[in-house]
Amino acid sequence: MYIKGYKLPAMSSLLIWGLLWEIVGQLGLTFFVPPLSEVFVTLFNIIGTPAFLKALSETAQAFLAGVFFSVAIGIPVGILMGRSRLLDELLLPWVNIFVSAPLTALVPVLMVLFGFGLKSIIITTTLFGIWIIILNTRAGVRQINRSLVEMASSFGASPLDAFLKVYFWAALPEILGGVRIGVIRAVKGVIIGQLLISIVGFGALFELYATNFLMSHFWAVLIVLFALAFSISEFLRYLENKVSYYAASR
Amino acid sequence: MVMSQTDAAFSNAEPIEQDVAVSVRGVSKNYGAVEALKDMSLEFPRGQLTSLLGPSGCGKTTLLKIIAGLLKPDTGEITVNGKAVVGPGPNRAFVFQDFALLPWANVMRNVAFGLELRGVAKSEREDKAAKYINDVGLQGFEKAYPHELSGGMRQRVGLARALSVDAKVLLLDEPFSAVDEQTRRKFQEDLLALVANENKTFIFVTHSIEEAVYVSDQIAILLPRPSRVSEIIRPSSFRLKGAENIRRDPEYLDIVDEIWASLRDYVE
Ligand SMILES: Nc1ncnc2c1ncn2[C@@H]1O[C@H](COP(=O)(O)OP(=O)(O)O)[C@@H](O)[C@H]1O
Ligand SMILES: [Mg+2]
Repeated sequence: MYIKGYKLPAMSSLLIWGLLWEIVGQLGLTFFVPPLSEVFVTLFNIIGTPAFLKALSETAQAFLAGVFFSVAIGIPVGILMGRSRLLDELLLPWVNIFVSAPLTALVPVLMVLFGFGLKSIIITTTLFGIWIIILNTRAGVRQINRSLVEMASSFGASPLDAFLKVYFWAALPEILGGVRIGVIRAVKGVIIGQLLISIVGFGALFELYATNFLMSHFWAVLIVLFALAFSISEFLRYLENKVSYYAASR
Repeated sequence: MVMSQTDAAFSNAEPIEQDVAVSVRGVSKNYGAVEALKDMSLEFPRGQLTSLLGPSGCGKTTLLKIIAGLLKPDTGEITVNGKAVVGPGPNRAFVFQDFALLPWANVMRNVAFGLELRGVAKSEREDKAAKYINDVGLQGFEKAYPHELSGGMRQRVGLARALSVDAKVLLLDEPFSAVDEQTRRKFQEDLLALVANENKTFIFVTHSIEEAVYVSDQIAILLPRPSRVSEIIRPSSFRLKGAENIRRDPEYLDIVDEIWASLRDYVE
C-alpha cells in the first residue's frame, strides 16, 4: 500500500482495520463486537486449553483427510477427463453441477447416511474441495501442447509413463491453482460440517461460545481459523509461483 | 566424410531397390471432409536425406506423422526396413517443429527423455545424452532449462534427443522454421555433416525451396488439392563441392528456379 508515494509495510492495511475494530469495540456499540485487544487476550488464554487443542486436532484430522481425498481422487479423475472424450462427457455435467451447488444443503443428508461423526465431516470436506480440483486439472490437461503428447508417444511412452512424466507436470500450474482453491473450500467444508453437526471440533466450540454469548471467545477461534486458512492458501500460492516459470512456455 | 558423400552420389545415380529404408504405398488420409493425402506413394533411400517440399496445407506434416506411427492412414501401407508400421517404434525418432521439450526438465533430462521412456538406466542414458549434447554443441548447458535457451539451442536439444535414441530413421518436421536466419544456416550445414557421418535416413519437411535444395539428396515436391507427389528431384553434382560452395553452384540455382516455377501457381 502506498500513501503519497511512501510504501507502507506489508499488512499495514490490516493494522488500520484492526484499529477500527478496537475503537468500535471500545465504544461498546454492540456486545457482538468486543474490542480486538480483549479478543487477543482471550485467544492467548484459550489456545493452550484442552478443549481448544481437542477441537484443533479433530478439525485438523477431518480437514487433512478431506483434502487428501480431494487431491488423491480429484487429480487422477481430472487427468482422465482431460484425456478421454467419453469420460469427460459422462462426468463433466456432474462436476459442473457440484462445483456450483449449495453443498451445505447436502450435509444433513450426509449425516443421516454416514452418522454424526468424523466420517460425515471428512466426506463434507471432500465434497467441498474436490470439484474445483477436478475442473482445474482437466483444464490443465486439455491445454497441454499437442506436440508434447505426440513426443511422448513417438518415443514409446506407456500410458502410465505419459501420465506420470508428462501430463501431470504439464498440467501442474493449473492443478496447484485448483488445489489452492479446493483447500480454501475444504476449510469451509470442514467448518460447515462441524457447525451443522456441532458436537465435534470447532463446531462444538462455536456452539458453546455462541449460546453463552462468549463473543471474544468466538472471535478468537475465528481468527485462528482465518489465519490457518490464509497460511495454507499462501503456502500453496508460493508453490504455484515456483512452477509458474514454465506455465507460459508449455 | 568426403568418402560417404561420394557413396551418396553413386547411389544417387542408380537407386537400388533393396536400399529403400522407408516406403510409402498408396497412403490416403482424410480429416473429415478434408482430403489431406490421396493415394500417396514415395520411397526414401537409406542413408540419405529426402525433403518433402510444398506449400503449407499440402499434407507434409500428415505424411510425416503417419510414417512416425502417430497417425493411422485411412488406406495404404508404410514399411520401415521392410516391416509394416503399426505405431511409433524405436526405429524412428521425431524432431518437432515447436521442439516439444519438457519445460520443467533441464537439458540433460530432455535429451535423455527418449531413453528414459525406453527404460534405459539413469547413468547409462545420461552418458549417452552427454555425448549428444556435446555433438550438437550444447556442452555447459546440461543444467539449463528450455526457457533459458534461444530457439536455436532448443532445437539442438530436440535434435540431440532424437539422435540419442539411435533410431535409423529421423523424421524432422520443419525443424528450423522457428529459428532465426543465421542459426538456420548453421543448422543446415550441421545437418549435411550429420547426414554424411551418421548412417541414418533423414526425412525432412520444409517449405523453404533453398533449404530443401541445400540439404537434400532427394526432393519430393508435394502439391495440394488433391495432395500428390508432383516431382522427384535428385541434385547430383554440387553435393561433392563442399558446404560453402553449394549456394553458388549453377545446378543449385537452376534447381531452385525450376522448383519455384512449378510451385508459384500454388501460392495464394
Ligand atoms: N487435425 C486435423 N484436423 C483437421 N484437418 C487437419 C488436421 N491436421 C491437418 N489438417 C488439414 O489437412 C491438410 C494437410 O495438413 P498438414 O499435413 O498439416 O499440411 P502441411 O504440414 O503440409 O502444412 C490441411 O488442409 C490441414 O488443414
Ligand atoms: Mg506442417
